[in-house]
Amino acid sequence: MEIERRTIRSKQLRARDMLRGDLEGEELERYVEERVVMTSFDKMLGWARSNSMFPLTFGLACCAIEAPISIVTARYDLARFGAEALRASPRQADMIILSGRVSIKMAPVVRRLYDQMLEPKWAISMGACSSSGGMFSNYAVVQGADKFMPIDLHIPGCPPRPEAVLYGFNKLQRKVQGHPDPGWRQRYRAAGTEEWARGGPASLPSAEALEAYEAARGLIDA
Amino acid sequence: MAELLEDRTTEVMTVNIGPHHPATHGVLRLIVDLEGEVVRDLKPVIGYVHTGIEKSCEDKSYWKVIPFVERMDYVSYFFQMEAFCGAVERLVELEIPARAKYLRVIFLELNRIHSHLVWLGTTALDLGAISMLWYCFRERDKILDLFEMAAGQRMHTRYFQVGGVVEDIPLGFEAKLREFIADMPVRVDQYLDLLDRNEIFLRRTKGVGVVSRERLLELGVTGPLLRAAGEPWDLRKAFDYLAYPDLDFKIPVGTVGDGYDRYRVRLAEMVESVRIIEQALDGLPEGPHIADDRKYVLPPRSELSTSMESLIHHFKLVTEGFRVGPGEIYYAIESPRGELGCFVLADGSAKPARVHFRDPSFVNLQAFKDMAVGSYVADMIANLGMLDPILGGVDR
Amino acid sequence: MPDAPGLELIRGEIEGDHPGAILDTAFDRGGATLVVDPAQILDVLSWLRDAPGQGYTFLSSLHAADYLPAQPRFGVHYELLNRDRVERLRVKAMLGDPSSAGGAGDGGVEDDPARSAPPSPATGPAAGGLPSIDSCVDLFPTAEFQEREAYDFFGIVFKGHPDLTRILLPDDYVGWPQRRDFPVGGEPVTFTYNEGDRG
Repeated sequence: MEIERRTIRSKQLRARDMLRGDLEGEELERYVEERVVMTSFDKMLGWARSNSMFPLTFGLACCAIEAPISIVTARYDLARFGAEALRASPRQADMIILSGRVSIKMAPVVRRLYDQMLEPKWAISMGACSSSGGMFSNYAVVQGADKFMPIDLHIPGCPPRPEAVLYGFNKLQRKVQGHPDPGWRQRYRAAGTEEWARGGPASLPSAEALEAYEAARGLIDA
Repeated sequence: MAELLEDRTTEVMTVNIGPHHPATHGVLRLIVDLEGEVVRDLKPVIGYVHTGIEKSCEDKSYWKVIPFVERMDYVSYFFQMEAFCGAVERLVELEIPARAKYLRVIFLELNRIHSHLVWLGTTALDLGAISMLWYCFRERDKILDLFEMAAGQRMHTRYFQVGGVVEDIPLGFEAKLREFIADMPVRVDQYLDLLDRNEIFLRRTKGVGVVSRERLLELGVTGPLLRAAGEPWDLRKAFDYLAYPDLDFKIPVGTVGDGYDRYRVRLAEMVESVRIIEQALDGLPEGPHIADDRKYVLPPRSELSTSMESLIHHFKLVTEGFRVGPGEIYYAIESPRGELGCFVLADGSAKPARVHFRDPSFVNLQAFKDMAVGSYVADMIANLGMLDPILGGVDR
Repeated sequence: MPDAPGLELIRGEIEGDHPGAILDTAFDRGGATLVVDPAQILDVLSWLRDAPGQGYTFLSSLHAADYLPAQPRFGVHYELLNRDRVERLRVKAMLGDPSSAGGAGDGGVEDDPARSAPPSPATGPAAGGLPSIDSCVDLFPTAEFQEREAYDFFGIVFKGHPDLTRILLPDDYVGWPQRRDFPVGGEPVTFTYNEGDRG
């Protein structure tokens, strides 16, 4: 993975290549994507969405006391980011903060809640327990909510301070606006040092495995 | 036509409330049989935040159990620490120094105020008095500042240790604490002013959810629920543990046992806790903050560079932990919700063979059916608030 | 707690009414324990609750513990409290595991498959029997949830309980997690050196 320096010179060179027809494959795709995605309308939409999130009132365990309860209170005011309208119904919410340990009995309930939310929706996994099972590596806790639903942001801590949750929320806002924060690997040019459990993106499921999965979900006729 | 209408009103409808619902204090699922708006039958389904803490504890040495048991009832974490550390101290017959007892009392009572503030804020929110949440949590943040000053964390501080407390309180803690306790009774009066003459609040709590004292005792209910029904039973006065025998405080007791009495009992308990803290602070003895027995307590770091024996003790405690001879014990304290008991079964190794917590919310939840059946759905929500269950403790 | 002589007095009085009920007494670190024959547990509990002068009317806690490898392995504990005299008394009923072959000393052999493998239907109620004891819900209504919890975690059946179903674990869960031979579960943490071992 190459890190590109966004200097004016490099942009000029790429524009020249594009006009010549020399840009191809992945580079061309990325070029088009950048221009199509970041139109002003998309930027405005991202700005509007990020500044008026409707979180779901969802608290599981200890983290629930810090968020959603403590961050809407006066000291760590979530309202200044426009997200104080907590909605109880998942149909009306667009962000779910998984605050607390997800037990095996609760996991299908959480998944159902997440499915009931309408697009676009985001999920924040707050605290160690929902990010990775936390200190509870046992039969009763799902070792990370990633196992059954997509999570956009993980906030570490046990429980994370409300300031940490707000920092995470700001990160999510930037992600919604279309320019997600670069991770430390981008900043310190350490790309290629990732360690992947079970192979990472290079080990995507084979076509047969994917077909079997889809068939099992009843999406195609096996 | 009349038959049609009659059918509709006498039909019993089974409604599922939860586990995700804005008015449940945690993930509690209720299966309610409703006839119109009247509750005919109620079945709580719990286990949605069951974390297997008791099983995890069997895998860990005695010190490592402390952060696990803290996270059961996640609003009154100091109480779980005290129940477990106290049980282990009684198993190994370790006497904790006087200063540690007083410090433990101070933090326990601060945690009691914290728990009641969280209860008041969320219950008032459920009943519609939304502003209370902000006022209560303003005070709660002051308490958490104190916890952070002493222990480094706002919640789940892991401040109690077998033998005493982990660290002595820092400079400036006492001044800040005195500021807080000077302020707190004024705040409680303000809460009373806000709620006490609010017609809606009174109508929703007076006469609602009355269960007789005998029935509550049969059901094993303890804590403010029992005291609101008129029974002056408080483990702090009954069993002399920690520094409570030296301190002078009253037990608020109600008369009728309805929601209003429970609310007044808890507010009065907040004021009594402030008195306890003040007395404990005034009478705080000098001395070590943790016991001296090197078999169970880490030696001070300064000694590690001079004494070989201290190094050996330190090594043994940090790697394997201390061993507890075979035996079993049940130790109960008064948590903000009632009797919190800890059963520890030791088998001679460095890990407990069984840790079980008798959680007050778990047992108190059995009274919910008695409270809610026969009244309206809205009263059921009010009763749930006044019952003050914390599902982390219920499910463990 | 009743002191050691007080405990022996209680034992003597119960023996008078219900011979053979008390198997053992123990007084350890300030706590008094009566070990009771499980078949006569209701007699003992109702005697302690109702006999004049005893008055242990409050059941603080009902819980179970697994004493494996000691046999009999399950102990059901009743923590009784006399609120007038402020005294605690523990009543313990020891139950063996009917699904293990033989009795004392042999329980380890049967349980080996369960120790290393995740729970299979073979370790559920279908295999062998479950230890059982009379339910004391009629004497102490507070025991309702607590007996369900003991059933949920250990598989101890309380005969006469109005609704003995799982309370904390999902209804279709197989296995009795709190037993000592049930694995803690969870996943091993994956590092670079062992990532290939994952399935």
